[in-house]
Amino acid sequence: MSRQAAIGWTRVAVIVGSILLIEALCRLKIINPLTLIPPSEMAASLWELIVTGKVTDDIAQTFSTVAIAFVLSVVTGFILGAVIHALPRVRRAVDPLLASYYSIPFFVFYPLLIALFGLNTIPLIVIGFVFATAAMVISTLNGLDRVPRVLSKTTRVLRMSSSSSVLFVTLPAAAPYLFTGLKLALAYSFIGVIAGEFILSGGGLGYSIAYAYNNFDNQTMYALMMFVLVIATVMNGALHVFEQRMLRRRARA
Amino acid sequence: MTAQPPAWLAFSSRALDALVIAALFVAVWQGLYEYAGDSAITAPLATLSYAASLVKTSNFWGHAQATLVAFAYSLVISIVLGVVLGLALGLQRFAGDVAEPIFVALYTIPKVTLYPLILLIFGLGVSAKVAFGVIHGVIPIILFTLNAVKNINPVLLRTSRAMRLTQWQTVTTVLAPAVMPELITGVRVGFSLTMLGVLIGEMFASQRGLGFLIVNGISMHNVPMTTAVILIVVVFAIAANGLLLWIDKRMHRAA
Amino acid sequence: MSAGVAVAQAQTATAQAKVHARLRGVTRVFEGKLSVHALGPLDLDLPRGEFFSVVGPSGCGKSTLMDLIAGLSPPTEGTVTFEDKPVAGEVPDGIGAVFQEDASFPWLTVRDNIAFGLRRAGVDPAETQRRVEYAIGFMGLREFATAYPAQLSGGMRQRVCIARTLVMQPRLILLDEPFGALDQQTRLLMGDELLRLWRETGATVMLITHALDEAAMLSDRVGVMSARPGRFIDVITTGWSRERDSNIVADPAFGVVTARLWSLLRGESLKAIGAKGA
Repeated sequence: MSRQAAIGWTRVAVIVGSILLIEALCRLKIINPLTLIPPSEMAASLWELIVTGKVTDDIAQTFSTVAIAFVLSVVTGFILGAVIHALPRVRRAVDPLLASYYSIPFFVFYPLLIALFGLNTIPLIVIGFVFATAAMVISTLNGLDRVPRVLSKTTRVLRMSSSSSVLFVTLPAAAPYLFTGLKLALAYSFIGVIAGEFILSGGGLGYSIAYAYNNFDNQTMYALMMFVLVIATVMNGALHVFEQRMLRRRARA
Repeated sequence: MTAQPPAWLAFSSRALDALVIAALFVAVWQGLYEYAGDSAITAPLATLSYAASLVKTSNFWGHAQATLVAFAYSLVISIVLGVVLGLALGLQRFAGDVAEPIFVALYTIPKVTLYPLILLIFGLGVSAKVAFGVIHGVIPIILFTLNAVKNINPVLLRTSRAMRLTQWQTVTTVLAPAVMPELITGVRVGFSLTMLGVLIGEMFASQRGLGFLIVNGISMHNVPMTTAVILIVVVFAIAANGLLLWIDKRMHRAA
Repeated sequence: MSAGVAVAQAQTATAQAKVHARLRGVTRVFEGKLSVHALGPLDLDLPRGEFFSVVGPSGCGKSTLMDLIAGLSPPTEGTVTFEDKPVAGEVPDGIGAVFQEDASFPWLTVRDNIAFGLRRAGVDPAETQRRVEYAIGFMGLREFATAYPAQLSGGMRQRVCIARTLVMQPRLILLDEPFGALDQQTRLLMGDELLRLWRETGATVMLITHALDEAAMLSDRVGVMSARPGRFIDVITTGWSRERDSNIVADPAFGVVTARLWSLLRGESLKAIGAKGA
């Protein structure tokens, strides 16, 4: 067995083992059932919530909100990044801002956003967008900075127009970094929207988890928690695998 | 290419940049106020004067203290736990390779959904806030420390062996200085996320702390309170990060 | 018009046709915090079909010289002409360039890398395929055609870049230390490839290198540059036959040429090192 495979299998074993351990601790009542229910019960409860369609609206609301925040942040972040990259003077002014951007606890603005836009999905979209856009800007700048100079020289020797050199050389060369931005933007808009729903909102998965918590409905609460964590992990994992494949193909020996 | 301006001019142009950005920010704020009015947000100047009088009240300091105490506990636990785990996983190559993607995955999930679990374990109160701060802050510190150890230039360790340094000497004179800059970066990121965790905790279920004041201000229609506390929190966060960023940059330059 | 004048004009015309690229009074100054006078003033005539190398101490402006001829950067003073047309602002048609840094596109296979320029130029697909397959065979890349650059050694990647230049059928090939990152044995073999390519295509080649033996082995003429600001202190004619290859290193004349290059360069290299320390 290769080292890579051994690592992979050990990782799977660690994760499965932890779940089994929690299951056992719950079943043996070492963990109070009022604190945590066994993962198998969470899964069963989740299955029922899904087939009875009780959470369909919440799922639809959360995912559509995330999708809007994600698309807006990727488009805006990419355009902003490209513009800032093209203007070194602006770049110099904005760099310190980007460096401290994520030190700002943006969720403190969320109540204010509700006061501004009302208790609907707009504050959620805004908080997800604000949280995700900077990651895309930073990744775009990173990617454009790292296009080797020799590649742009090559486009000039090949007498390519500037639009075709952007399309066929700059963008493919920056692609791994842009993809990192995409990945972070997705994770961040998901985190932003769920957290917003959780703190204060009228619907969505985060709201339903908070609602279940307040009503001592552990079955529903843990089922939805599991759903969110599994979805987030699968989503990030899939993008991670795709990214690794792209990087491996390009990695210089 | 144009001639470079002298150093003092470069400095003042940087100060000018900061001024322009601050002015833009205030303008957007004022614009939001003009658009939404008193019921949603307070104007910049009014917020500043409200904040000035707020920091004179003992009520505010009671809440600020609650937040700072929880934050301080979380940060210390995050740093100690993060550095120890990061070092251990960095030195144990196999364990590190197994664990790293798990921590990366934990970093990108919406941890806020775990808050009810933490409340059920720790109960309402300071320990739940601390725990929630720690699960936010510890992961970046682990990851930065782990990668710093993993990416130490192997020739440094070979050199220390060629110089016949003892294990202890290697750790204190080669390993620690080599890892320190990245560790500081981890602490900086961990600092911000710990604070985020503590504040979210207070916003969701708490009767104390600045996060509580922000949410409470909105539900009691006390908009000036909410706006002023947000301003104070954001200014504190940016100032603290600025200081840590400065240390961070010095460390990286020295390394 | 008398016959004599016509003949004289015809002679001038042939002389001009023979000169492929011409530099007159060229200097390059980089403006900045400290303005750097990188190059010149210098004159150079590159005859059509010649293999010309440039050697000089590090930092003497060799790469700047290449950028000027390629139109990648403008001269501060003086004129550059290629095929009797002034070079201004953009790279003229008919010039190909290979750089020291790996310029292969990591997201394309070897075959797509080589076809890249032809596709961008809108060359007809059948012709593209013909030229690409020829270049793949010529550069010995047949078994790597579907590989990505990351799977290849540095030498192989540089072959890809040469093949990518070759398919554009350049009449002047500029090479800026293309083998600088390769080991000595690979360099000698790549030198042979380069000579083969030069004979086959009939192109003019200008090679910039810091390796004196490489310059001595490959070139018809070698231009020796001074420390910065770079000027030609001498141009040496090697007198090799067109059918040469790397076995020439065994020829006593090779040692004489290399020694001559070094005696010219030694003082300049010392100046360059001293200037760096100051």
